[in-house]
Amino acid sequence: METVIGLEVHAQLLTRSKMFCGCPTTFGAPPNSQTCPVCQGMPGVLPVVNRRAVELGIRAALAFDCRVNAACRFARKHYYYPDMPKNYQITQYEEPLAEDGHLEIEVDGASRTIGIQRLHLEEDVGKLLHEGTLETAQASLVDYNRSGVPLMETVSRPDLRSAEEAAAYLKAFRAVLVFLGVSNGNMEEGSLRCDANVSLRPRGSRELGTKVEIKNMNSFRSVKQALEFEVRRQAEALAAGERIVQETRLWDADRGYTRAMRSKEYAHDYRYFPEPDLVPLTIDRAWIEEIRAGLPELPRQRRARFVTQYGLPPYDAEILTQSRALAEYFEAAVREFPQPKVVSNWVMSELLRELGADDEQAIRSSPVTPARLAGLLVLIEDGTISGKIAKEVFEKMRRGGEDARAIVGREGLTQVADEAALGRVIDQVLARSPRAIEDYKRGKTAAAKALVGQVMKATGGKANPGIVNRLLEEKLSKI
Amino acid sequence: MITREEVLHIARLARLELSDTELERMREQLNSILTYIDRLRALDVTGVEPTSHAVPLVNVMRDDEVVPPFPQDEMLRNAPDRVGEFFRVPRIIEG
Ligand SMILES: [Zn+2]
Repeated sequence: METVIGLEVHAQLLTRSKMFCGCPTTFGAPPNSQTCPVCQGMPGVLPVVNRRAVELGIRAALAFDCRVNAACRFARKHYYYPDMPKNYQITQYEEPLAEDGHLEIEVDGASRTIGIQRLHLEEDVGKLLHEGTLETAQASLVDYNRSGVPLMETVSRPDLRSAEEAAAYLKAFRAVLVFLGVSNGNMEEGSLRCDANVSLRPRGSRELGTKVEIKNMNSFRSVKQALEFEVRRQAEALAAGERIVQETRLWDADRGYTRAMRSKEYAHDYRYFPEPDLVPLTIDRAWIEEIRAGLPELPRQRRARFVTQYGLPPYDAEILTQSRALAEYFEAAVREFPQPKVVSNWVMSELLRELGADDEQAIRSSPVTPARLAGLLVLIEDGTISGKIAKEVFEKMRRGGEDARAIVGREGLTQVADEAALGRVIDQVLARSPRAIEDYKRGKTAAAKALVGQVMKATGGKANPGIVNRLLEEKLSKI
Repeated sequence: MITREEVLHIARLARLELSDTELERMREQLNSILTYIDRLRALDVTGVEPTSHAVPLVNVMRDDEVVPPFPQDEMLRNAPDRVGEFFRVPRIIEG
């Protein structure tokens, strides 16, 4: 059987104010402290479209090579649920902002193009907290802070063929949005949410099987696990001669399975009609071209450039382009210390030790600026300090925000390259290591390494390892 | 002609409970609206763009600027039921 998956992704647009009113979109504010009559759906109010939200939607549409429609419209999607007090959600239906795009994904080194069917704008709904579980709750608590927050919904074509591809799509999708500053892509805060349609069909068949909608996948891990589970569940059901029921299932991350939502028999009768309170949008070419001109290099393009321009392994390029801030950090450091692979190693092992590759803010505000990292690498390069000491200096820079040279000077970390001084230390070490000398004479090269280690230890890691190796070899050959 | 079942379906979508008399009255009223729509349908509208708005306006937008929201207490004041800073609503899933 062949797996067929399509993803619907909702991303919160990075605006200061809501989609149709001026309420702030800040995450984590006290419940119901960021609302007004418009986003609480009071009668008689008038929503007005946030221009920035439209602009961000177009930005994303261009990045996915979508056709931006010359005219689009908002519609009311009717349903009765307390997360939306006016009993309809303002969204786009027949005339979305953009259509027919694609996104390239990479799985196991092979790349595939996944179609994007449509991209539209809508408003988010309020958040419900159930007193107890959803099924047993006698009442629910509602916070309308999220109500009216601008969302972009993007529907992929059913082009994904495995849970792994679905996870790769979501990752690539998120990377584009974060890179473009369209969304912060934070799944934990709900800024990025994903539903999936999953079905199976006989290999070679062109018809789609009965699809099941999976909801409540709140992390990349959940997406992969939920879809793997669902594919297995459907395959087993079909193998046993059962029929797949078209339904919505919720992923239960704690228990590791999907379960059917209690069926709401009327749930999909949304009775869409044009939103009378919002006039249509006409998107002129000039606006689109202006937005296109402001687009930064996309992650995929930048990744390819990092490989060709800097000669980096694809693995390094992949990590360094996880966010715009990180890519810019790397390039700034390379401008001052033009050894890309060395810079890449330090960024990946030291800078990213305590901050995430996509944590734009932490990267931009790190006390170890690109210039300071370059300064540190210069000190290794000219032999002032060893690589080992450099890692300590990096830690000190991270905490204190000083230049490497200042730290090295103040703390006397300069590498010992004085041959006479090192020779004395080596003599002392040899004097107390007759066993190691004997092992070495019998051909055990590991013994020499142990001796180097002892010398490094005796000098507090400051000895120049190249000189220690040479001196030690000379002395051992004379014994 | 709209049937009893269709009226019940629409009422259910709007979470309205109708008595038999109300149901019948709604059915009659909806039918008279539909009859009027049928008269409109008889008109030849070839080449006329479907109308979603009565005013010929496009692109009414605002800048992305924050306006102070309404005070929390004011927004919660008319709630039939509340717990602390939250609105409280009856159970959602029907048993
Ligand atoms: Zn508002």
